[in-house]
Amino acid sequence: MKAEDAAGFAFGALRGYRARSLLMILAMAIGVAAVVVLTALGDGARRYVTGQFASLGTNLVIVLPGRSETTGGGMPMGMAATPRDLTLDDALALTRSHRVRRVAPIVIGSAAVSWGGLERDVPVMGSTAQLREVRHLELAQGRFLPAGDPQRGSPVVVMGAKVRDELFGAHRALGEWVRIGDRRFRVIGILRSEGRSLGVDIQELVIIPVASAQRLFNAPSLFRILVQARSREAVPGVKRFVVNTLRDRHQGEEDVTVVTQDAVLATFDKIFRALTLTVAGIGGISLAVAGILVMNVMLVAVSQRTGEIGLLKALGAPSRQILVLFLAEAAMLSLLGALAGLAAGGAGTWLLAYLYPVLPARPPLWAVGAAVGVALGTGLVFGTLPARRAARLDPVQALARH
Amino acid sequence: MIRLEQVARVFQVGDQAVHALDGVDLEVQRGEYLSIMGPSGSGKSTLLHILGLLDRPDTGRYLLEGRDVTGLDDAEQARVRRNQIGFVFQFFHLIPRMTAAENVELPLVLEGLEPAERRRRVDAVLEAVGLSDRAHHRPDQLSGGQRQRVAIARATILEPAMLLTDEPTGNLDRTSGHEIIALLESLHGAGMTLIVVTHDPELGRRARRRVRMLDGRIVEDRREPDHEG
Repeated sequence: MKAEDAAGFAFGALRGYRARSLLMILAMAIGVAAVVVLTALGDGARRYVTGQFASLGTNLVIVLPGRSETTGGGMPMGMAATPRDLTLDDALALTRSHRVRRVAPIVIGSAAVSWGGLERDVPVMGSTAQLREVRHLELAQGRFLPAGDPQRGSPVVVMGAKVRDELFGAHRALGEWVRIGDRRFRVIGILRSEGRSLGVDIQELVIIPVASAQRLFNAPSLFRILVQARSREAVPGVKRFVVNTLRDRHQGEEDVTVVTQDAVLATFDKIFRALTLTVAGIGGISLAVAGILVMNVMLVAVSQRTGEIGLLKALGAPSRQILVLFLAEAAMLSLLGALAGLAAGGAGTWLLAYLYPVLPARPPLWAVGAAVGVALGTGLVFGTLPARRAARLDPVQALARH
Repeated sequence: MIRLEQVARVFQVGDQAVHALDGVDLEVQRGEYLSIMGPSGSGKSTLLHILGLLDRPDTGRYLLEGRDVTGLDDAEQARVRRNQIGFVFQFFHLIPRMTAAENVELPLVLEGLEPAERRRRVDAVLEAVGLSDRAHHRPDQLSGGQRQRVAIARATILEPAMLLTDEPTGNLDRTSGHEIIALLESLHGAGMTLIVVTHDPELGRRARRRVRMLDGRIVEDRREPDHEG
């Protein structure tokens, strides 16, 4: 028997039992679609998060107060309990290396911003002029924080677009004086509306000079120091420099955490890859269930069609041929199911991308391949038992049971 | 052509051994017309199954064209069935989802012939059984007699040397039955060995050689010198 005839025969059998074939294909399709959509979601989330980190700036070394990492080792836990504050002087000290391009100290807090009787509670970020380049911020109007002595906190503010809209409405905001907490600031710039960075919506943020923020919140400590290296290659050197400098400044104690953007990226990448694998596994379970359904359906098919099997044997089909015919049927069910599932998964992914444009939801190629492979594999594995049962049927009994 | 030597077949029914065939010797020449008669359970169907290689004897030998086929493996037996033996069953055994032409084509498909060659042969054999105009009907659109003619066309399309039929008219009305008998006998007239298992005495009497079975043994084997038609 020719291969194409075997395929034609199997396909004819599938068409002959349309309802069961369609149900089977549906079950397989759901499994494949689940894997495709779930991995698209997981991988989309991974790309979204890593993209966010990349947009934070390039070649960054981030300094956090307190020692939370395990990399150094040998540090008794008790010593990390009360970390020394990161100060503005610490940040300034970090500028003294040729490998360092920019340093942006960051203070974060929340305060009421008011103008003309309207008041809004917004996140307030204190930093320096260099923040603009470090974080790739863009302005819609006006200018960013002025360069100059960061110790001198001038009363100026750069606003997110949404804060501006809510406070000023149709009024011109540039040059106006607003009240932040108990101090007055002059609006000198408006941030471009689009963009979100690391969970903080730039539209809802106001940025003031770091010294002003320290006074406003009455706290000398910094939330972060962002250090931008001159190049990617300089990042490890900058990291060493930062650690050494701050240890010298902190009486020999290594009480800060220094992470490079690459490390953060790598960590998130790893986490989300694991997540994607997990959801792929969950989708895989539905594929296995579909495989068991294939077996069930094929077993029913074999017992329904004993007469046909007996006849094929009487007409001179070897057992091997009957095995091949029933396996071909199972494989075809799986393949059609996988194709339908890919189509459904593609549609689902498209819908996701349509509903959540920020999420770059695309199934990774490996997941698509694996889903189709597993669908075919389970179909064949679970199709083997029924096919062997068919091949072993005694033709005399098969023909008698009519 | 066919030679059975001391063929026995025992079935285990519960804890009882039933001797379906009990030391049968039989020799059939090429081109013979043979009927096998006997009451139910006399072993005539088992004999037919063994002749058709659907069943294996427990003891004894089966020589087909001088070749011992008892010990052949599954694939070789399948080849013998495909090329040397045609079956016609009481219940037609057509595949319901396939048209008459597709049912007839099955042995050619199993044999692996080219589609063009298959179509030519199917057309010819459907023409021979008078069903050219029913080629694309499915079995449920055909009468019983037409179905049996499709089955006969299928059994003979690879031009086997012998045709084994099991109650070929058992499921048909008299008129269709006569047509089917006429068709089978015309095939015999063209040189095919025809073996008919039946318990219809009228059908059985038509064969020139009549074998009667009882309790797994051949109790009578009569040849008539003259064939009445």
